Amino acid sequence: MKIALYASAAVIALAAFGTTAAFAQSRDTIQIAGSSTVLPFASIVAEEFSAAFPEFNTPVVGSGGTGGGLKQFCEGVGDNTIDIANASRKIKDSELEACTAAGVTDVREVQFGYDGIVFASSSSGPDFALTPIQVYKAIAAQVMVDGALVDNPYTKWSEIDAALPDQAISLAIPGTNHGTREVFQLEVVDAGAEEAGLPEGLTDDEKKAATTTFRQDVVIEISGDYTETLARLTSNPETVGVFGLSFYEQNTDSLKVATVNGILPSAETVAAGEYPVSRPLFFYVKGQHIGVVPGIEEYVQFFLSEQTSGAGGTLEAAGLIPQAADKTAEVLASFEAGAK
Amino acid sequence: MTDTLSNTHAASLERTKLVRAGLRRRHMSEAIFRGLGLAAIVMALGFVALLFIDIGRKGIPAFTQSNLHLTVTFDPAVIEVGPAPARADFTSEAEYNAANLGWQREVALLNWNTIVEQAMRAAAPAGLDIDSRTLLTIPETDARHRIRALFVENPALLGQTVDVDVLASANATNWIKGNIDRSLGDAQQQLAAPARTLIDTLVENGTISNGFSWSIFTNVDSRAAPASAGLLGAFVGTLWMMLIVVALAVPIGVAAAVYLEEFAPKSRLTDFIEVNINNLAAVPSIVFGLLGAAAFINYMHLPISAPIVGGLVLTLMTLPTIIIATRGALLGVSPSLRQAALGMGASKTQMVFHHVLPVTFPSILTATILGIAHALGETAPLLLIGMKAFVAQVPTSPFDQATALPVQIYLWQGNENRNFFEPRTAAAIMVLLAVMICLNGVAIYLRSRLEKRA
Repeated sequence: MKIALYASAAVIALAAFGTTAAFAQSRDTIQIAGSSTVLPFASIVAEEFSAAFPEFNTPVVGSGGTGGGLKQFCEGVGDNTIDIANASRKIKDSELEACTAAGVTDVREVQFGYDGIVFASSSSGPDFALTPIQVYKAIAAQVMVDGALVDNPYTKWSEIDAALPDQAISLAIPGTNHGTREVFQLEVVDAGAEEAGLPEGLTDDEKKAATTTFRQDVVIEISGDYTETLARLTSNPETVGVFGLSFYEQNTDSLKVATVNGILPSAETVAAGEYPVSRPLFFYVKGQHIGVVPGIEEYVQFFLSEQTSGAGGTLEAAGLIPQAADKTAEVLASFEAGAK
Repeated sequence: MTDTLSNTHAASLERTKLVRAGLRRRHMSEAIFRGLGLAAIVMALGFVALLFIDIGRKGIPAFTQSNLHLTVTFDPAVIEVGPAPARADFTSEAEYNAANLGWQREVALLNWNTIVEQAMRAAAPAGLDIDSRTLLTIPETDARHRIRALFVENPALLGQTVDVDVLASANATNWIKGNIDRSLGDAQQQLAAPARTLIDTLVENGTISNGFSWSIFTNVDSRAAPASAGLLGAFVGTLWMMLIVVALAVPIGVAAAVYLEEFAPKSRLTDFIEVNINNLAAVPSIVFGLLGAAAFINYMHLPISAPIVGGLVLTLMTLPTIIIATRGALLGVSPSLRQAALGMGASKTQMVFHHVLPVTFPSILTATILGIAHALGETAPLLLIGMKAFVAQVPTSPFDQATALPVQIYLWQGNENRNFFEPRTAAAIMVLLAVMICLNGVAIYLRSRLEKRA
């Protein structure tokens, strides 16, 4: 029994020692978190990166949405904060301020390609051909009827436009932690609201409220990944979901995509700028960690290389829409030039 | 007199009737209770059976994988690289390592897909018209890494032809196994029509065959090559965490329980501590996760996504269980044992450690194993300390980034290739359940053995 007692004491002492030892140990694996849209791309690059650079560990890629990732990113500088935040939108001024306040002063933006945002419904259901104004009318809490804002009267898509299916309105949209939500708000809802027109004499706050307040009975906010949206569609086939184009392309057997303004979303129409709802994808690098955590610079260079994110590269096969080569060169140059 | 007699007779009849009615009611209520009990068992078993059948039906097919048997030629026209550096040419180990790394990178940047494509064309029927992009959707994307690894290991392969087994891609596997509806039109299929036809041809001529999926157990997670995604990294991550839990929770928990039960004076303070321990056992695990993120990562600056933090959080979670169980067991030790020990002149410490504690071993062991089984399946606190990240390496120490088995299930469940990862997720669940059943089996075995001894 005495032996057991001594052994336990030794274990506790050892654990305490291990804990203190960790303070001194520095991290040698790149730590990434953020957008779930960027996650598949970043994970693929991480694996390929470690295959090409055997001297570095495989970077670790976490999710949490663009907002969640940038929040972690801006927590400060040091081993227990992440090095790179994936984002499906640009960093906000408020987030940059939080970064600066926490001492993260060297934030380097890297744009690496595009993704489309698509509306998709169950493949067994009817076809949808949507326009921003129709989506706005379907989900806004209050809409314009005869020149005044009234509570949204529509229950079926066909009531908004006779050409739309005779089906109850139900839309699954990404939660506010997702970058996709911002783009959806900006390119679809705001654009639709502008087209529909709002009553004159509204203050800015009232205008914002009119375009950002959605009907809770028909709008489902998804804070998880696109698979959660897909699960909603499976349980209620009448739901229309908002997805990333790359996710839709991997699930064409169960999803049917809607056209927006008559344009079918595809890599070609997004790259050509014809499809209206698309966004650039980014990641943000903590400049202060370059040279501290090994491999960050090489990771960025590898990510932006022709064979990875260029036309015909690894990421294109996974659904990324590549950006023009000169844009990539420009991004790389400004990354290497340092803090902006 | 007769009146009284008949009265008593009537009364006894009445009583019999009452008793019979009462008996019937009692029998009835007993029957109802038995029926309800049986129904409860049937229902519980039914749900368990439903769960197992559903998981088994989905998961068992994932334990086979489709292999492509390719004949690969290491074409010198494609592999244009100098000879591997030899150790003899360098004066120091460091110089040699640097040169070797440089050579490996040079090799890595070659276009190995051309080699894979040539091998695929060699396997396909002669004169087949298929573009290289479509062709390369059939083997998994790690085929080129596998072939490259062979070359790096043995540069003498240059110019030679060898047989190599690679995995079929996730989408090809879906097509072969029928995970995707084969009757769907071209627009809804993941693979182009020529690729699907070629796969069917290759299955017929034996180039593609199904075998047991060892990769689930020997590989780490992968997103670039989903068909090769395995559980090894998550398994080792879980192992590290459980080691930490056992090493910390058992000694601390048992020591705390022994002190509280045997030595601590009964006072307001110990009562307060006791109430708090009982409360701690009921705290939802996610709260421990938040605590772990705040205390271990933000304050103590331990690394994120590391098993050390996960292990510490799970230790906090398991501690109350072990303390409560140990205290209960100590309380159950018969007073005669204690008095006999004290009567023989043993000190209090001797009494506790020589006589009382050994008797409680089986209970402590059971509580520990059940606590660990609980910790093993815990996911929520791990999500909060960053352990839900994509990690493609086996953690070599508790300070390396890692995932855990339940988190890996969560991650696979969220993968965008639904057709492929639904079965994989179910397979991972089966592995996790198997580990838990083994642990519980060990608990039962050890307890029965120790009880016999005691």
